[in-house]
Amino acid sequence: MARRFAFSFWKIMAGVILAAGLVSTVIRFTMGLGSSTNLSDDFPWGLWIGFDVLTGVGLAAGGFTLAAIVYIFNLKRFEPIIRPTILTAFLGYVLVIMGLMFDLGRPLQIWHAIIMWNPRSVMFEVAWCVMLYTTVLALEFAPVVLEKFKLTRTIALLKKISIPLIILGVLLSTLHQSSLGSLYLIVPDKLHGLWYSSLLPVFFYMSAIAAGCGMVIVESTLSSRAFKRGVEVHLLADIARVCVVVLGMYATLKLMDFSGDHKLGLLFQPRMETYFWWAEFLIGVVVPMVMFVQQKVRTSPSGLMTGALFVVVGFILNRMNVTITGMEGWTGATYIPSWMELSVTVSLVTVGFIVFAYAAKYLPLFDHGHGHEAPDEFDIVRDLNTVSRTS
Amino acid sequence: MGSKGMLIDMTLCIGCHACSEACKAENGLPGEPGPKLSDTTYTVVEEYNGTFVRRLCQHCQDPTCVSVCPVGAFTKTEQGPVLYDESKCIGCRYCMQACPFQVPRYEWSSNNPRVSKCIMCAPRLAKGLPTACSEACPTGATLFGDRDELIRIAYERMAAEPDKYVQKLYGQQEVGGTSVLYLSSVPFEQLGFKTNLTQAALPQLTWNVLSKIPTVVAVGGVMLYGIWWITNRRDMVQQVEAQQARGNHAASKGGNHVPEPVHQAEERI
Repeated sequence: MARRFAFSFWKIMAGVILAAGLVSTVIRFTMGLGSSTNLSDDFPWGLWIGFDVLTGVGLAAGGFTLAAIVYIFNLKRFEPIIRPTILTAFLGYVLVIMGLMFDLGRPLQIWHAIIMWNPRSVMFEVAWCVMLYTTVLALEFAPVVLEKFKLTRTIALLKKISIPLIILGVLLSTLHQSSLGSLYLIVPDKLHGLWYSSLLPVFFYMSAIAAGCGMVIVESTLSSRAFKRGVEVHLLADIARVCVVVLGMYATLKLMDFSGDHKLGLLFQPRMETYFWWAEFLIGVVVPMVMFVQQKVRTSPSGLMTGALFVVVGFILNRMNVTITGMEGWTGATYIPSWMELSVTVSLVTVGFIVFAYAAKYLPLFDHGHGHEAPDEFDIVRDLNTVSRTS
Repeated sequence: MGSKGMLIDMTLCIGCHACSEACKAENGLPGEPGPKLSDTTYTVVEEYNGTFVRRLCQHCQDPTCVSVCPVGAFTKTEQGPVLYDESKCIGCRYCMQACPFQVPRYEWSSNNPRVSKCIMCAPRLAKGLPTACSEACPTGATLFGDRDELIRIAYERMAAEPDKYVQKLYGQQEVGGTSVLYLSSVPFEQLGFKTNLTQAALPQLTWNVLSKIPTVVAVGGVMLYGIWWITNRRDMVQQVEAQQARGNHAASKGGNHVPEPVHQAEERI
């Protein structure tokens, strides 16, 4: 049986990462945050908030974006990629919650937000969005699991509430993505002017949609390689178009905000923050836009993948800039995550990949849409007979 | 009875640290007062070129920590102190992140950490006593009293000796005003004070957005449902038309009334 276990490079890597993550986890929960992280009184939020939470939630934005495209806008041709996308979002949110359990000083009291309310707090909004949207994602993904076990009656029940559920999911995501930006509205003096803006919630929302599009392309490409399926180039090309439009709106609003607040000068100061801002803007906005407006990029699987990777990396840079680069100057602190913080973060991502791979192997993630979703023509005819066509 | 406060006149401070020692004794905090605020030091005296500056929680009038805490672990009492309830705290540290004065400290070495900061001797105030630090101050550099009264005293001092004092009462306006006020003979920015702080209370910045949530949910919900209603109906109509067209085809082969829009509709699908 050892013979059947192929020790590929990636399996060894995953093993090493998870082992390091396990050691860090033990240290974190036995000796506290001080021993495991490089956080300090001057720099209380680090990698776990910046990457695991802020970035993780953003990268899960493909879930609500595609759900809206397929079910609200009824563009059913995108249906073949909806299930893996919803799964990615669901796993993303579960990992965000796990990351939070590491970061919270008193993780066992996380449930307090349910009964101890403070509606003036953005963090209170964030807490409720995480709870509710994770539930919604679980329900959105549930039919895939139920199908596996042939629980058709429960599926039918879920189908009845599917549209209100999707709408709720889009609303919660809208609130959640933007609220992560709103978290920083309260630090007008601390956060560097390149990132602070009264439009932070809008920027977080728009950039999350762009990153969500990027993630749909990345995740579809990766799974098509891993499972030897063809890439749905025509679908991903359309997602890339959406991405260009959203990035264009984002860039326009961003530059108008700079000029409106008379902050254009900040873009040309020879400072560390400036370089990081340009890196984020060029990698995450300019380069992918230039790529995706070209048809030859949109119709090539590797072009799509490269452009989408730029979007995702630029997005990660943006969130790390808000949480770390933009906050260091005022607080006078320098923060570099400890190996324990890094290993926990990388472990969580690794767990996400492993769970996705197993789900793809054992659940009907890709091979659906050949019947069970096809509308029953007679049902529709019957329904329509009761609807006046001229109304 | 108005809200209480403390006026710290830095021209009178001799840097004897009596305040921080009294604070340690009053609050049962272990160790000697360090050079900086810590989880066991609520107040310290720092020196900037011969001027002594006392650091402690400013007890804002509209405190940022109170507004940002998701579980309401912070409260601003009517008497002035801003208090922290560790039994509610989940440890998200948003209070530390958001505090414009970087005051809250954390028990980083604990496995069940608390936030720590000056509580303006709330138990003493409740008994009608002044804060321990102001009582211990030998020179009157820390004056305890009603905030309105302290502001009046501060302006009297600035008016009486305009050459001595910087004409600024730090804490009167900063982030909407604080219960702890400072007078100085040296420009505040040279003493480690943040002098470019917003004048308005910070909680309004997030409330501007939070208060719009009901609108976003209501309007967004109606809009999304409306879009679904329209697109879904369009789909159903197209399918029926396609069906009828097929039926017509079968019924009258070569007939002349195949509906034109059907082909367009099918192409769009």
